[in-house]
Amino acid sequence: MYELINQISRWAIPVMLLFIPLLAFIKKVPVFETFVEGAEAGFSTAIKTIPFLTAMLVAVSIFRASGAMELLASWISPVLNMVGIPADILPHAVMRPLSGGAALGIATEIIKTHGPDSFVGRLVSTMQGSSDTTFYVLTLYFGSVGIRKYRYAVASGLTADFTTLIASIMICKLMF
Amino acid sequence: MVNYVWLGMVVFGILVAGAQGHIEVVTKAALDGAQIAVQTSLSLIAIITFWLGIMKLAEAAGLVQGLAKVVRPITGFLFPSIPKDHPAMGAIVMNLSANILGLGNAATPMGLIAMQELQKLNKHRPDTASEAMCTFLALNTGCITIIPTTIIGIRVLYGSQEPTEIVGTTVFATLCGMIVAILADRLLRSLYRNRW
Repeated sequence: MYELINQISRWAIPVMLLFIPLLAFIKKVPVFETFVEGAEAGFSTAIKTIPFLTAMLVAVSIFRASGAMELLASWISPVLNMVGIPADILPHAVMRPLSGGAALGIATEIIKTHGPDSFVGRLVSTMQGSSDTTFYVLTLYFGSVGIRKYRYAVASGLTADFTTLIASIMICKLMF
Repeated sequence: MVNYVWLGMVVFGILVAGAQGHIEVVTKAALDGAQIAVQTSLSLIAIITFWLGIMKLAEAAGLVQGLAKVVRPITGFLFPSIPKDHPAMGAIVMNLSANILGLGNAATPMGLIAMQELQKLNKHRPDTASEAMCTFLALNTGCITIIPTTIIGIRVLYGSQEPTEIVGTTVFATLCGMIVAILADRLLRSLYRNRW
């Protein structure tokens, strides 16, 4: 099953790149001109995201480098220990919605220290694989079209993140 | 809400740095963050330009509209405000497919394309997220993942006996996240509708 999915992942994009221009050509689309016409907006789209990403990453960077994140984690960990959740995963849980790179770094560190097949190693693997960097996606996607008022998107995104975290812990306790 | 989170991180971070006696890290951290932001955006130029070109071809060939038609029963339920056969639907579906397969670097540009299409429908308040945009973001961050490629790679690297054993737990956790994302979106949508 894994092998099959792996092969699909490997082939998906090359097949698309073959299929789309060919089909367009058969349908008498001027393929080169159309590609260029579409690609034109790429530069401005990427540039438009800069102020939004800067704002978010500056805050995340200060929050992490100052030690505030670790402090926050140490405050919550006694509560987590009471319900049997290992405190080791807390920095990852806090960082995951904020910064993909930092969360991956923390996950790697935990896997290196405890081993990939330890309970904490499996749990942090599940957490890393199952959630996304909500704030990055929010800032990047909304920033690219100049949306400033996010309304309830932050709340629903974080609710999903929190659910995924709880579900990861529950299923790992059950399975491993 | 994002205003509170943002201000909270900055203020709390600076206060903690000051209290712990290493206030000097703040300036460096702030500029490092800005540096990474600009680098990320610049490196996105190539990949976005490329995918926007391919997507325009797919649109001209009628593929995006065809895809939108196939998944209309689901997307019609999730995005009632998007007209049938609108290119936004095709882009949303392609973005979510890339997420499901763990093709991270293809998912981002598709998501940006979907946002641009959604913005074309969002004429009244161009600086405010539309309901469809909020739903799309909730689905995007809480999307089911079948193959978490990166973490499997790291598990292999550190000598796991069974690197893929976390696929099942990941699918379960993301499925829960997705269901709750859809429910939360629906609930918050109706709450906000009454307020606005």
